[in-house]
Amino acid sequence: MEKQKYLDDLHEIKSIMDRSSRFISLSGMSGIVAGCLGLIGAYVAYEMVYSGQNYLGYRQALLSNENISQLLIIAVALLLSAVGAGLFFTQRKASKNNQKLWDSQAKRLLINLFIPLAAGGILCVILLFKGLIGLLAPLTLLFYGLALVNASKYTLSEVRSLGLIQIILGLLACQFIGYGLLFWAIGFGVLHIVYGIAMYIKYGS
Amino acid sequence: MKELLKDLNKAFENKIRLGIMSALMVNDAMDFNSLKSLLDVTDGNLATHLKSLETSTYISVQKEFIERKPNTKYMATAEGKEAFVRHIKAIEQLLK
Repeated sequence: MEKQKYLDDLHEIKSIMDRSSRFISLSGMSGIVAGCLGLIGAYVAYEMVYSGQNYLGYRQALLSNENISQLLIIAVALLLSAVGAGLFFTQRKASKNNQKLWDSQAKRLLINLFIPLAAGGILCVILLFKGLIGLLAPLTLLFYGLALVNASKYTLSEVRSLGLIQIILGLLACQFIGYGLLFWAIGFGVLHIVYGIAMYIKYGS
Repeated sequence: MKELLKDLNKAFENKIRLGIMSALMVNDAMDFNSLKSLLDVTDGNLATHLKSLETSTYISVQKEFIERKPNTKYMATAEGKEAFVRHIKAIEQLLK
């Protein structure tokens, strides 16, 4: 009897600590949607960068100025739709859990996510204009992974391992630089979908 | 057994006080309203338990104004954190 009470206490302590310090309304659906958009983006970029080249021979990533601005527009549009979908599904889950979408936990999560992400984003734009496009895919993966690891303290603990895998993919992509887009598609596309499905199953919609 | 029970803290026997301390262990500071919605309790109930924890110097209170509205923040003191950790350790020992 006594024991049960203390077990309940421990359970309660853990639940309150989680609820008050972590943002747990993150929806698996937003991961799945972001992953699909990532795959679409990778495909479009692939078509643009490698268009008109022999499939079997050596291929070079070609980017004209016109292509760069098109690619940037597509990237921004996909990013905005992914964030929009993420917000939509997370809002739905938060209201189901009787939690607010925007509270101090969400704020802390976003601030910690955006510090490495913004640094990486700015670096990538600089590199893009210096013509070092080969580094873009590895570096976006790397900084995204670092951002996830940094933010994982404030949300579901699975985000940490997702971040670690992204970092590894980023480093691999740096080594095998010709396959950057492939790694990018795995990291931003396939992994998001896999994690999204896993979270969906574990925590519900 | 006696040794163990000594570390179990009467102050944390109550569910709400336990909840307040749990939240303040992982957050630097929390205001009244966030504690209230987190623990799902009434104003009066929460105020009573906050007062009692303050009296035992387990939490400290900081009053300030945000845009001219009074805002009270609660923080766990070093003493409170230590007592809470001892309490949890005692529970864990007891359950072994």
